[in-house]
Formats: sequence, structure tokens, C-alpha cells
Amino acid sequence: MFLSDSDLQAIWLTIRLAATVTLVLLILGTPIAWWLARTASKWKGIIGATVALPLVLPPSVLGFYLLLAMGPNGPLGWLTTTLGLGALPFTFAGLVIASIIYSLPFMVQPLQNAFEAIGSRPLEAAATLGAPPVAVFFTIAVPLALQGFLTAAILTFAHTVGEFGVVLMIGGNIPGVTRVASVQIYDHVEALEYVKAHRLAAVMLAFSFLVLLVLYQWRPQSTKGA
Amino acid sequence: MEDIEARFQVDWPGFSLDIDLRMPGRGVIALFGHSGSGKTTLLRCIAGLDRNRRGFLRVSGEIWQDGNVWLPPHRRPIGYVFQDASLFPHLSVLGNVRYGLRWAGKENSARVEQAIKLLGIEHLLDRYPERLSGGEKSRVAIARALAVNPRLLLMDEPLAALDFRRKQEILPYLERLIGELDVPMIYVSHSPDEVARLADHLVVMDGGKAVAQGKLADVLTQLDLPVRLGEDAGSVVEAVIGAVDRNWNLARADFAGGSLWTRDCGFPAGQRVRVRVLARDVSLSTEHPVESSIQNCLPGTIDAIGQDEHPGLALARVVIGDQIILARLTRRSAEGLKLAPGREVWVQVKSVALIE
Repeated sequence: MFLSDSDLQAIWLTIRLAATVTLVLLILGTPIAWWLARTASKWKGIIGATVALPLVLPPSVLGFYLLLAMGPNGPLGWLTTTLGLGALPFTFAGLVIASIIYSLPFMVQPLQNAFEAIGSRPLEAAATLGAPPVAVFFTIAVPLALQGFLTAAILTFAHTVGEFGVVLMIGGNIPGVTRVASVQIYDHVEALEYVKAHRLAAVMLAFSFLVLLVLYQWRPQSTKGA
Repeated sequence: MEDIEARFQVDWPGFSLDIDLRMPGRGVIALFGHSGSGKTTLLRCIAGLDRNRRGFLRVSGEIWQDGNVWLPPHRRPIGYVFQDASLFPHLSVLGNVRYGLRWAGKENSARVEQAIKLLGIEHLLDRYPERLSGGEKSRVAIARALAVNPRLLLMDEPLAALDFRRKQEILPYLERLIGELDVPMIYVSHSPDEVARLADHLVVMDGGKAVAQGKLADVLTQLDLPVRLGEDAGSVVEAVIGAVDRNWNLARADFAGGSLWTRDCGFPAGQRVRVRVLARDVSLSTEHPVESSIQNCLPGTIDAIGQDEHPGLALARVVIGDQIILARLTRRSAEGLKLAPGREVWVQVKSVALIE
């Protein structure tokens, strides 16, 4: 077998994490991106900067604050224990929440750009034809921003797969729960198992390249002339 | 109660709109003015596209907005044609035309058929907007606006982006739909030619205000019109084709007070037409000219004389029967011929354009 069982387990966990985060962010990030693209509010700058923060912050800094927030004395930790959900650190759920924040700009920014590129005219045209705002969003904005959705989803997925620092801070290294592929490679190297590290690293490299290849090569038809 | 009553005040940095208008609730109302005069802003206020809640709008007895009510655009029964057509690129022509049906109600399916036929786009239905010419896009945009069975059609310079030949291609369709549908239309334009062809009622805008309004012929022949039309100054005469001279390919347009010979454009006798007479093509003389190449010579009475744009030029308003014609002449010849209000003159019209 090319990869060991624990390697496969790490990969499967990584995929589960990335898929969950991408799905949640599609739901959470879309309204944020829509608002940022359309608003003239004075809050736009502050919200935009906050969303972009994970792009420049060292993952360890982000992970540190998240760990504090999720801890028994943090607001998030207080909330989850009060609700009877238990503590978040060193759990899969904690990892998901941390990754959502960490990957937020990768969802929001491509979507925001795509929404901005549509301009207000097609939306106005739809409104004058009787379409209520929600219908305008789903029948005009979503189809015209399809490329943006694709880019955002792929980037978010790939970025979550590649996450390391935040995972270490929040999740630690529990097999099957928080030990994702990037942490597994780290473990292999720590144990001087270079061959194993090579194999898993090669899989990650191939995956990353494939994702980017898809992103750069493939453009859906629907955005033509938009 | 059939009227359209509109009051809007908009204050933006560098631009303000201050409108208090009462317009007829039928026929074609042209909003005419140079760019930046506020025509499009007014149209957008009427459509509810600009969130200006400090306004009042009543259309055929129904309040669309006042201090308490503000109908969003999708709740106003309008059809809006944007300057750049703004077709949805991800939908076919048919998809575009049928887009509004989801909310306008299925009973409007017949209306879609009618709109498609009126604009002559049957052969384009499967195409996507990227594969349409500019003129075709305009026609699809107009059909799309008609398909929702609007109670008020709003057109924002639908021809402005087209070259001369494309405009000539679309204008007949516009004239046809005006003739066949009983929907009031507000038509924004900066082209005196389009206005003369299409409008019944004219609102002249300048600097965010309506500086003149009334029946087309009345406003066009107002000598103190604040918006200068230059070479386009002229009048529109309502007439009926009285005779067609096949030998010389000429047609005679009759009106109370006289008739005008013009090139035969294929209109049958009895057809109601508009004759556009540009002020620069009209000259006046105090005696009946004996021999002249000019075919049209009518007796009239000077009603008023006003200053033209150039200090050397004057505009004379001449009443012929129940119609008014504008004549451009130099101030020197006005002095020399002792032209003054009340004076009877012979009006020579060098050329006219038949429209509609």
C-alpha cells in the first residue's frame, strides 16, 4: 500500500474538514460578499478589512486568539458550555469554526469581485421587470457570478486543506479527530520517517497543482459577455 | 385623473433635480434636454430606481409614492428600456423576453407573443445576447419591457447607442407599437428628430428643471425656449395626405390653412402624417414670389419675432391656418422687410420631412 492507514485517515479527515468549511462558507460568505459589493455604508471599510485580516495575520496569532475565545473563559467557550455543547478546542467542530474564520477571505473576496463585476444595471433591469430582490439575486446575480462561486469554492477548499498553524493551535494532533494531512506530514518528519512524509507530501502537491490547473484552465460558458 | 403627476427633489453634490410636472396619461411624452439636464434621473425616480423618497408620484389615479408610500421598482407596473439594452447575458432572447412573466402572471403569455411580433424578433428567439447586433438588442429590450404588460413605458434613449442606419431600422417599430398599444410612454431623448417623430407632449429639461412643457407643436414653436435647438429649430405640422402625384413622385400634405408638397414616401391618401419643417428651410417675403424653384408658398400672419442664438439671426413665428411654422431669417432682413407681429407674409418652405 502506497499510503498507510493513518495517512488515509488524515486525508479523509482533511477532505471532510475542507468540504464542511466550504459548504458553511458558501452560506455565510455569500451574503457578506453581496453586502460588501453593493453597499455604500460607512462600515464597508471596517467589515472589508476584518474579513481580509486572516490573509495577513500569522496563523499562530489567529489560532492563539481563537484558542482563547474557545477556552473555558472565552466568549465562544462560555457560549458552547452554556449550551451544553462542551468545549471546542481539540475537537473537529472547533477545527471547523477556526477554519471558517481562517478561510473567510478566500470565499468572500472572489465572490465580492464577481458581484461587483455584474454592476447594478442587470439587477435594475430585473427589478423593473417585476422581480423582487431575492429573485433578482437567484435568477440574475448567481448565474452571472457563477465563475466567482467556482473560484471561491475551490480556493476555500484548497486553502483549508493546506492549513497547518491554526490546526496545531486549536486542534492539536488527535488521530481521526484533528490530525489532518499537513499535521501528519509534520509528524512523519518529526519521526524522521522521510519516505512516508514524501508520499503524503507528493499527494498534497499533486492535489494543489490539480486544483490550480482546474481554476486557471476551465472557464464556464455562462459568464461570457457578462 | 388620467394624468401623471410627478414631484421630485433630488440634491446630490453637483446636481440637483427639482420637478413639479403634470403630464397627460396617454400618448408619448418626450423628456428632452441636453446631457446632464436631469432627464434620466427623472425617469429613474419615476421607475423607483433611485431611492428618492422625498417625492410624489401618481400615475392614472394610483399613488406610487408620497410621504408614506414608496413602491419599490418591482411593484410598479412599468416597462423600462435602458440606453444600453441591458439584456441578461445568461438568458436567450426568449428567456429575456419571458423573464418578467414569472411575476407579471401567466395570463400575459399572449402579450409575449404580441411583443415578439411587434418588434419582429421571431427569428432571434434562440440566440444569446452576445450574438445580437446593437439594433437587435434594442428591439429585444423593448419587447422584454412590453411583455410584462406595463401600464407605463419608460424609455431612456433606447436609440442613443445606435448609428443612424440602426436608428432608422428601429424607429418604425417604435412608431408601430405606439400606434398599436394603448400604453402611455415617457421617452427620454436628446435628439430633436426623434422627439419630432414620436412625441405628442414635450417636456424640455435644463439644469434639473422642466423649463417648458406642453403639446409638441406648441413647445417647439415657443420662441423663448430656454434650450437652444440650433439647426434643429423648427415646427411639426399635423396634416393628412391629400393627394399623391405619381408623375413627379410628390405627395401633398393638407392642413387647415394650406398644403405642403413633399417627396412621396409611399403614404396613401387619407393617411395622417406629421410634417417636420425646419426653421432654416423657411423664408418669408412680403409679396407673392413670381417664379421660384420653391414649390411651397403659403400665406400666413406673423405672430411673433424673437432673437435666435446668433446675434445676427431672428426667429419668426408664423400662423398658417391652425398651424404654426418657424422661420429663421437675418435680423437685417427682418428690419428691411419691416416684419412685425400682425404682418401678413408669404411663407416659402424649401423642404419638409414627412414622418409617421
